[in-house]
Amino acid sequence: MGKIVAVTGNEAVAESLRQVNPDVCAAYPITPATDLMQRFSSFISDGKVDTEMVLVESEHSAMSACIGAAAAGGRVATATSSQGLALMWEMLFIAAGDRLPIVMPVVNRALSAPLNIHGDHSDTMGARDSGWIQLYSETAQEAYDNAIQAFRIGEHPDIRLPVMVCMDGFIVSHSIERVEYLEDAEVRNFVGEYMPVNPLLDIDNPKSYGPLILTDLYHEYKRAQHEVMTRVKNVVLEVAADFEKLSGRKYGLFETYRLDDAEIAIVILNSAAGTTKDVVDSYRSKGIKAGLLKPRMFRPFPYEEVAAALSHLKAIAVLDRADSFGGYGPLFSEICGAVMSMDGKPPMINRIYGLGGRDYMPNQAEKVLDELVGIAETGKVHTLKDYIGLRE
Amino acid sequence: MTTIPLRLKEISRQEDRFAYGHRMCAGCGAPIVVKQVLMATDYPVIASNATGCLEVSSCISEYTAWKIPWIHSAFENAAATISGVEAMYRSLVRQGRIDDRQVKFIAFGGDGGTYDIGFQSLSGAMERGHDMLYICYDNEAYMNTGIQRSSATPFGANTTTCPAGDVIPGKPQNRKDLTKIMAAHNIPYAAQASPGHWMDLMKKVRKAFEIKGPKFINIIAPCNRGWRSRTDDAIMLSKLAVDTCYWPLYEIENGVTRITVRPREKKPVTDFLKGQGRFKHMFAPGNEWMIERAQEYVDREWERLQKEAACWAEDEEKTE
Repeated sequence: MGKIVAVTGNEAVAESLRQVNPDVCAAYPITPATDLMQRFSSFISDGKVDTEMVLVESEHSAMSACIGAAAAGGRVATATSSQGLALMWEMLFIAAGDRLPIVMPVVNRALSAPLNIHGDHSDTMGARDSGWIQLYSETAQEAYDNAIQAFRIGEHPDIRLPVMVCMDGFIVSHSIERVEYLEDAEVRNFVGEYMPVNPLLDIDNPKSYGPLILTDLYHEYKRAQHEVMTRVKNVVLEVAADFEKLSGRKYGLFETYRLDDAEIAIVILNSAAGTTKDVVDSYRSKGIKAGLLKPRMFRPFPYEEVAAALSHLKAIAVLDRADSFGGYGPLFSEICGAVMSMDGKPPMINRIYGLGGRDYMPNQAEKVLDELVGIAETGKVHTLKDYIGLRE
Repeated sequence: MTTIPLRLKEISRQEDRFAYGHRMCAGCGAPIVVKQVLMATDYPVIASNATGCLEVSSCISEYTAWKIPWIHSAFENAAATISGVEAMYRSLVRQGRIDDRQVKFIAFGGDGGTYDIGFQSLSGAMERGHDMLYICYDNEAYMNTGIQRSSATPFGANTTTCPAGDVIPGKPQNRKDLTKIMAAHNIPYAAQASPGHWMDLMKKVRKAFEIKGPKFINIIAPCNRGWRSRTDDAIMLSKLAVDTCYWPLYEIENGVTRITVRPREKKPVTDFLKGQGRFKHMFAPGNEWMIERAQEYVDREWERLQKEAACWAEDEEKTE
């Protein structure tokens, strides 16, 4: 049993990286992820890790160096946020296309313009189709646990894919929470030795990475990438089962809260799920059967499992902390995709909340649940997509 | 330490590390540059490659011309990518997980991927001090996308994005002096080379590999498609570039500038320009000023370089 500490999300994830002890990290500072790599850098300066740190001149170069390092044949990590992730965008697809298991905590933050440093999910939602596995975290504890599991998931021989571990900027990255750390030896045993596949550093068996592939085979390569993604679900569950044995903390593809007998439910990612759970409790005490579903694995998205978990509901609200202007929120689109083939689909609404770090308050969840009560009674939806928490 | 003598007989007996069967155009300067660079050493080499002619023509689907470990990731990041490979090598050697086999790291980029879009990542990697050699094969425009101007394109050249028209006669600006800029990073070694002077080129590569830290060599690489020259003119043009002092051969080692090849007789720049269709309009009546300006630029830069080299030579004499 490790220590119980009071730390920020950034501190907890930095600690997980210290315990995993990656061979190379390449990073560039960006609020609110700066503090994470800053803390990790002090582990390097104090000789607590074996990591070679590459302090690059941009996030584009950070991901490029991570790609080079991972192809060379070792364990690699970085961290970023917002504009940094946006600048990496080109390289994200290359990391995934080359099947390089890089682990990247992303401290979720809004995208410019206007410039805003606070938390929303616009950054990682923009990277949704990059071929990375995405795990979302409600708390510092979950971010710490997900970061450790991410190495095992991404490096699994059936998968070999990069993994993003997402947590909310400031709300989690800079808030002090209770976190249970594992012992160093437990973490090192859990992630195990890194097993390189086709490393560039094997100079006696030269490999070429990153060929030009045109109309003859590109289509097949991309199909193969999808096939790999279909294997991720089982690995995530297998790794979660091992992690539960080690930590006693249970993880799945998503978390349900008072959902089994619920009639109405909110689907929501990351830290706002915590606030919503409190409101669900207060509605339950009023006799209203409210529940919650919080996706953990957003890519690949577990459509069938989510659909099964939501199938009995009379009304669903999907709350998005990111927007698609002229479209629905990204989480809403996924939930629509999940319930698409169900008979007697429950009516659904999409509410956009908390952009640019706007506080998500209990009264916002209450308003949504009140609306769901009405929808459950009448089966009628007035406004499919709307914004909540706006200044009146 | 590389032991093979730099003599044609010995060099020609070496196994190619950049194999035939690649799909570069006939007469292209770039694969000649790559072969000379790789033949200059028998150290194990790992290379990264910026997107460009060399990359798209050397590794296609299941076929690769590279007999060394090679990675291409994108256009603007050959330096950052190889810096990651080199960092992993250092990490694993330091941890005792692999043997130190004195592996050398090279990044290859064209002028577009080096002077322009890859400039930031190159500058960053040089400043960080990775033990790597960056080789720019400079064909003076974006040849892979169809001869668009780059910041390496010389004054007056006709390209598809600065075509010689009725009002604007080709590229209005002079080219960027990247070798000078790289030297200004105070790296231990920066040089210019030409495949026409293969011995000088290979000596420079050899020297670079014996120096720890970041190195940069800028190598002129004629492109007959973009330069509108004859298919078999690559070596002749790369020699004329040196003989006219358009592309002086020099090195800056630990801040000391040395001209490595001085032309016996400095030829007029027109000798270099006239065999190339991209400069044809400069010879039209009324455009004499363009030739004058091109010559003035070459003269000024050659003068500056000679002064710089002379200054260091004097310094050495004094200390002796």
